[in-house]
Amino acid sequence: MNKINRRNFIKIAGAATAASAIGFPMIAAAAGKKQVVIVGGGTAGATAAKYIRRADASVEVTLIEPNKDYYTCYLSNEVIGGGRKLDSLKFGYDGLRKHGVTVVHDTVTAIDAKGQKVTTQGGKSFSYDRCIVAPGISFVDNIEGYDAAAMEKMPHAWKAGPQTALLRKQLEAMADGGTVLIAPPPNPFRCPPGPYERACQIASYLKTHKPKSKILIVDKKDKFSKQGLFTQAWDRHYKGMIEWVKAVDTGGGVKSVDAKTGTVFTEFEEYKPAVANIIPAQVAGSIAKVAGLTDDSGWCPVTGKTFESTIHKGIHVIGDAAIQAPLPKSGYAANSEAKVVAAAVVDLVNGREPGTPSWVNTCYSIVAPNDGISVAMVYNLVDGKVAKVEGSGGLTPMDSSPEDRAREVQYAYSWFNNITSDIFG
Amino acid sequence: MSARKTLAVLLGSGLLLAGAHVSGAPTATMLADTCAGCHGTDGASTGPATPSIAGMSEIYIVDSMKAFKSGERHSTVMGRIAKGYSEEEFKLMASVFAQQPVATTSQKTDATQVAAGDKLYGSNCEKCHDEKGSLADDDAGILYSQWLPYLQYSMEDFKAGSREMPKKMKKKVDKLSDADIEALLQFFASQQ
Repeated sequence: MNKINRRNFIKIAGAATAASAIGFPMIAAAAGKKQVVIVGGGTAGATAAKYIRRADASVEVTLIEPNKDYYTCYLSNEVIGGGRKLDSLKFGYDGLRKHGVTVVHDTVTAIDAKGQKVTTQGGKSFSYDRCIVAPGISFVDNIEGYDAAAMEKMPHAWKAGPQTALLRKQLEAMADGGTVLIAPPPNPFRCPPGPYERACQIASYLKTHKPKSKILIVDKKDKFSKQGLFTQAWDRHYKGMIEWVKAVDTGGGVKSVDAKTGTVFTEFEEYKPAVANIIPAQVAGSIAKVAGLTDDSGWCPVTGKTFESTIHKGIHVIGDAAIQAPLPKSGYAANSEAKVVAAAVVDLVNGREPGTPSWVNTCYSIVAPNDGISVAMVYNLVDGKVAKVEGSGGLTPMDSSPEDRAREVQYAYSWFNNITSDIFG
Repeated sequence: MSARKTLAVLLGSGLLLAGAHVSGAPTATMLADTCAGCHGTDGASTGPATPSIAGMSEIYIVDSMKAFKSGERHSTVMGRIAKGYSEEEFKLMASVFAQQPVATTSQKTDATQVAAGDKLYGSNCEKCHDEKGSLADDDAGILYSQWLPYLQYSMEDFKAGSREMPKKMKKKVDKLSDADIEALLQFFASQQ
């Protein structure tokens, strides 16, 4: 094998890096292993944990997550529509343990950026060289009367699990001819196409089982993600079943609820739907605020290159909690951000300058059993900020063929299988 | 200094990779890791429809991505994503997947069809899709143990003309019935 062809070349180049790394002067002193603590075991946190271990098994990774199981939000609309069992969205942390990640089921109560230490409710404390915070979202009290008790009557189902099951149960119990009211949140929020895909999934169920029923979407916005494609799907598959009311027509969407009487109020109207799905406004998961990582918007400002907090050095915030626009608050984006940050953190703890990032997002929405649509985009770093790569990405064409739409559904399922095994496997 | 000598010097000094950092190009791993969301970790897809790209040759991946980017090869989402990358970046990604072993899937196939496909394979496909479609030596894709829906979509596109068939392949495909083709696809998908 004297020839240097392309394949050999890569292997040789790889070996050369390994060899040169040994002699690298900035390599951290061998005293004590490098510690990374990850707060939150959702899509972003779990991906980061696995990918740090993949890149450098000498780094000790501790993942702190209160729940023993994680339910993905993605595809949870299919559970609400009745086409999927909730259990199929459930993932545990044994896969990460196999990668050598220390998984601790506890709740983080404080992050001391100066002392580089994370403290938990269980009274433990963890020192870190780098901390990654991936707490997802928490809800804002923007709808009067929508308290913890109201959530049990009018589920948000915007964190998957019992809330998803509850909304499904209410739809099953509902009589034919009733109205399902969906109240989507204002921007920015987790999964921008989610409420509108949910309308499709619920309509698909009602069309077969309760055909006299209707869906009313009372929005906090005047436009929404994939609007043309969703509107087309509503017309194509659920004609006359779904009505969308924009914010400007209701004086700003849902203002308050009375969970006891099952009433939903806007500035001008009141509704008594059979089922109410109220999705509140959102901010970064609560630990982010406790740790002082949020700005006035309630989300976490970060640098584009490594998603390091611009408020506290040594802490990286990824996933829905970060101000990561133009990347959306999606599962794919969280997974992609986590890999970039995992690579950066491995570089940083080893005294190397992090490399150039590259991100991708793809979001599928299943609008009918054989009709899937998507939005995709490639992102790079321009002047220190995340930017869309010009000419890349975009939406499913409005005139794409039924065959292609059916393929997109199969690709959506493939995405789910692949991303969940990439995160938890 | 010959090109090969220059390369050797660069490799020896470690300058080659340091240079890549300075130039601002993402590393091959950085680029390839973004594919896992749909094509699986290290390109080994868990299905049911997105193909495994692990073990595909660099030439095949780069050619495919260029054809997706230009629209010459039909796609749903791949073409939109391909437009975000340069040919140099395709080469980097491809270098990662080309080093991976061919992935093995576990999927339901029909034993009768698989047996029928096995009989057709030798005289129709083997020349280019050697070792049951697991050899990626040239511009042939990986068919071995590949996800069946992907194989079916590919043949639909070939036959519809929305993906160009190599001349040799077209000659063979034109002579095969739809049932023959389905049997062949089941044969490839069933490989373990």
